[in-house]
Amino acid sequence: MRIRTVEISVGIFMLLGFVALILLALNVSGLTLKPKAGGYTLYASFENIGGLTQRAKVSMSGVQIGEVRSIRLDPQMLMAEVEMSIFADVDFISADSSAMILTSGLLGQQYIGIVPGGDMDVLGDGDFIFNTQSALVLEDLVGKFLMNQVSE
Amino acid sequence: MILDNIQRLGHRTLSKCAAFGRSGQILFQSIVARPAPMMMLPLLIKQIYFIGVLSLVIIVVSGAFIGMVLGLQGYTILVDYGSEQAVGQMVALSLLRELAPVVTALLFAGRAGSALTAEIGLMKATEQLASLEMIGVDPYRRIIAPRLYAGFICMPLLSMIFAVVGIWGAAVVAVDWLGIYSGAYWANMQQAVDFREDVINGLIKAVVFGFIVTWIAVYQGYDCVPTSEGISQATTRTVVYASLAVLGFDFVLTALMFGDL
Amino acid sequence: MGQDKPVVDGKALPLDDIIVEIRNMTFTRGSRKIFDDISLKIPRGKVTAIMGPSGTGKTTLLKLIGGQLRPDTGEILLDGQNIPKLNRKDLFIVRERMGMLFQSGALFTDMNVFDNIAFPIRVHTELPEVMIRDIVLMKLQAVGLRGAVSLMPSELSGGMARRVALARAISLDPDIVMYDEPFTGQDPIAMGVLVNLIKRLNQALGHTSIIVSHDIQETLSIADYIYVLSDGKIIAEGTPEMLKQQDSEQVRQFVDGLPDGPVPFHYPAPDLLDELMAGGVFK
Ligand SMILES: Nc1ncnc2c1ncn2[C@@H]1O[C@H](COP(=O)(O)OP(=O)(O)O)[C@@H](O)[C@H]1O
Ligand SMILES: [Mg+2]
Repeated sequence: MRIRTVEISVGIFMLLGFVALILLALNVSGLTLKPKAGGYTLYASFENIGGLTQRAKVSMSGVQIGEVRSIRLDPQMLMAEVEMSIFADVDFISADSSAMILTSGLLGQQYIGIVPGGDMDVLGDGDFIFNTQSALVLEDLVGKFLMNQVSE
Repeated sequence: MILDNIQRLGHRTLSKCAAFGRSGQILFQSIVARPAPMMMLPLLIKQIYFIGVLSLVIIVVSGAFIGMVLGLQGYTILVDYGSEQAVGQMVALSLLRELAPVVTALLFAGRAGSALTAEIGLMKATEQLASLEMIGVDPYRRIIAPRLYAGFICMPLLSMIFAVVGIWGAAVVAVDWLGIYSGAYWANMQQAVDFREDVINGLIKAVVFGFIVTWIAVYQGYDCVPTSEGISQATTRTVVYASLAVLGFDFVLTALMFGDL
Repeated sequence: MGQDKPVVDGKALPLDDIIVEIRNMTFTRGSRKIFDDISLKIPRGKVTAIMGPSGTGKTTLLKLIGGQLRPDTGEILLDGQNIPKLNRKDLFIVRERMGMLFQSGALFTDMNVFDNIAFPIRVHTELPEVMIRDIVLMKLQAVGLRGAVSLMPSELSGGMARRVALARAISLDPDIVMYDEPFTGQDPIAMGVLVNLIKRLNQALGHTSIIVSHDIQETLSIADYIYVLSDGKIIAEGTPEMLKQQDSEQVRQFVDGLPDGPVPFHYPAPDLLDELMAGGVFK
């Protein structure tokens, strides 16, 4: 009987450990077992992405509608080309929408915000968002500010 | 006079080397001379019970408190910069990368390591180890190996449980008491935490620490002077050496994993 | 090599069939010589006693025979196998032929009495539990503790623990049983039982018994052959009768069970040695 309780508690312990691992994977690191089915891909090129990283969120009006899949440098245009995966149910992004890189809070994570336009056409899989606004880089701002001061 | 000191230094060095060799031998003998699985399993389960299950309470309680403190401190600092939603990511990263493996290992050394040393030391003092040998049973297989394996298995599990409880504790403070929007808490965290980079690296740390602490504990017990005084000294040494080794190795591992070396 | 010792010449000596032979063995601990070039033979199927005051290395000698310690020089032969030269695996095989009763009992504190005695049987045989149970109960009956079968070692007195340990040492019916101080701490009744038990086991099963003791009367009553150790040397050997006739003062004191050992042996070493040389051994 004593051996039985020992074995049961060891079993519970092992189970707890694996539950913890699963929680860490799914809830904490946001690992999804299957990527959200049926998402589609959009591209956007930015002059400067600042500190944007993979898996940064893509949002519209503050609501997450997708995430950054990959970032690469376009060798011809010398701009950063960002590949975004957008949830399938968000199929109403108008063709003249603009994308900008925003920061949550003063020091927070950077993410892509999409501001819808007025066009009736919507973006589909593989389309580009042409209207983009780069990340605010603090050094640039400070530099501009100083230049203005000097030129005055 | 100088010569005496040099001799003393040499003597110390040699005896440390010999001790290190003996500890390596214990590790080798008990891991290589793996017991038959049939005999191993009941012994292993019993040791996992003593080492892991009985450490659970202290791990859960400390994890909850450390998480709550992190949540509170993180909030009061971050709120000045308007980034209080980032508390989730701060708590999760510091727990997963550092606090969970390190604090768990320190608690593990104090709770399970000292018990291991004292138990094996007492077995030595009461001639139980010698008696096993005379019965024709290898104490490395029967006594040491199951304890080593149990230590390797329990540490990562305990560390993960610690991290989960800590993150949950921080959520209680940050979300339920301080009123951060829970969506922001979790979303921020999920975006910042990378499974491979943070969770797996933390787990690797926990495995390494479990290995070090159990090895030191088992060696100190097996190599102690078999008297009450010897056992008490060995137990103290286990806690001190294991804690220092954990902190030292933590720096090395952090540098290797996150330091872009 | 031992053979040229005069006492061996006697006809009644059981020194023809030897199971354990120690040849020119020296063993030191730190700077102290525990054994200084000793040689001795242990006859098969007999009760051999090793006597001497505490601290002379009787326990050490048993551990050397069991292969737990290795001598600096010399050989320890068990049926021709040199124990110090065996590798770990062979050593464990050889040890299956030995049973040892440790001075402290050395029961496994995490098992009850039954499991302690059953342990060697379970490790070395494939016997069904029913048979193991019978064997354990018989061994416990032999040491008079069948009623204690489900107690934990912490619930036993020192003397009881020693008897349980004895039952464990003989549970596999080994060829050689080594008893380290089996009589110390036993009440008179248990003592008598133990003496009889060792004698009976030895006769019935043909064990070779090696008894380490400083209880003179009990030892003399069951031993076939006796070695007396002092200061790293064998100062006397022979059958009980022969020892009783020895006129060395040291041996007399020991054999007659006058003040039990230690006191006379605590004289400063040089004096003692002189006395020994002048006394019994090389007469
Ligand atoms: N582990 C040890 N380390 C150092 N010296 C020891 C150890 N064990 C025993 N000794 C020494 O060896 C001597 C013989 O011990 P032992 O064989 O136990 O004596 P006995 O059994 O005859 O009383 C003693 O003087 C003791 O101090
Ligand atoms: Mg002794």
